[in-house]
Amino acid sequence: MADATVERAVVVHQDLPASHTAPGAYEAPLFGAYSKKVGMWLFLASDSLTFGALLFAFSYNRIYTTPWPTPFHAASIANASIMTACLLSSSLTMVLGVFASQRRDRAWTRYWLLATMVFGTAFLVLHGMEWSKLIGEGLTIPGFPKPATAAAGELAEVSKNVPQFPATFFGLTAMHMLHVTIGVIYLGVVAFRKLFLPILGAIWLAGYLLIPSDNVFHYGIHALLLGLIVAAIILFLKPKDYDAHDVEVSGLYWHFVDLVWMFIFPLVYLMSTKIN
Amino acid sequence: MHDVATHDDAKGQYFWVWGALLVLTAIEVVLGYKQVFSAVRMLEVLLLLSVIKSALIIGYFMHMKFETALMRWMITLSVVACFVIMYFFFFPDAGRITTLGVK
Repeated sequence: MADATVERAVVVHQDLPASHTAPGAYEAPLFGAYSKKVGMWLFLASDSLTFGALLFAFSYNRIYTTPWPTPFHAASIANASIMTACLLSSSLTMVLGVFASQRRDRAWTRYWLLATMVFGTAFLVLHGMEWSKLIGEGLTIPGFPKPATAAAGELAEVSKNVPQFPATFFGLTAMHMLHVTIGVIYLGVVAFRKLFLPILGAIWLAGYLLIPSDNVFHYGIHALLLGLIVAAIILFLKPKDYDAHDVEVSGLYWHFVDLVWMFIFPLVYLMSTKIN
Repeated sequence: MHDVATHDDAKGQYFWVWGALLVLTAIEVVLGYKQVFSAVRMLEVLLLLSVIKSALIIGYFMHMKFETALMRWMITLSVVACFVIMYFFFFPDAGRITTLGVK
């Protein structure tokens, strides 16, 4: 009986391409979407809980700490507003990139993904400058490299008396910055494939050599090296031509980092302003 | 089945969404500058605006609006349920510490 079933299955599969003969190949998708998209959505759902926990922890500290530091002057808020505009604009260019990929317009897909990466990189650079400014003013946590100005800076007392502020601020924003960095690398891999590897390597090397050793990003830039290694493993072990599905899935990830910032910006920056 | 979002004909709506997101961000910044509300009311208003912004991003940019109802509800409800649990986990205790007078 069992043999007959197997025989029938073999006969049915004889007319199909080899890639379609795997058991369950024609099972209806649970969510009416292709598996890569469902997988990315499930990852984003779990990742939103990571950021949710960090935002709740930040808010918890915010509520019970009196007085809460307000280190963000008008210049910081203006800087963070520009960063927000960069991310929102990057989401629009990402959508346009997805449309171009659906039209199979390879050139415009690349252009729009490149524009998205440029906005993402601008966000990272502005964020890095903001971090460096705050650290230079004394907002530090133990183990951070710090410039000589930090000890006598305006925010040195904050680090000493309210250490939960720099700990939660840097923890939350570093996690987001890491996600944006991964997003830029992800888009670079999808848009340029192996061509992106030497570019990423050059940016990592230039960053390491040019950023002073008392700046935290002298060490943080190694995230790019890690990304380079992971991207190289993926590109060499499973080389492929990324299609419209891949562009759309990478877009989901990119919009997610934009989405998270929509909560970090008001909760962390706007609720800790010192305008006057 | 909705494999790849095919809404090229309605591209203009994404520019409107982008514009709305920028306007909502500008409102948030003005509220932050002016500080017209008390801290708690400010938090409520900013969170409301952030939820509206995130709904626009998820619904349009991430195309959730065009997915199947099952996917929309499964993802949204499961994540929101976890956030509700986190809320009851964290905030009563933060408030309790405040009333105990811990500085």
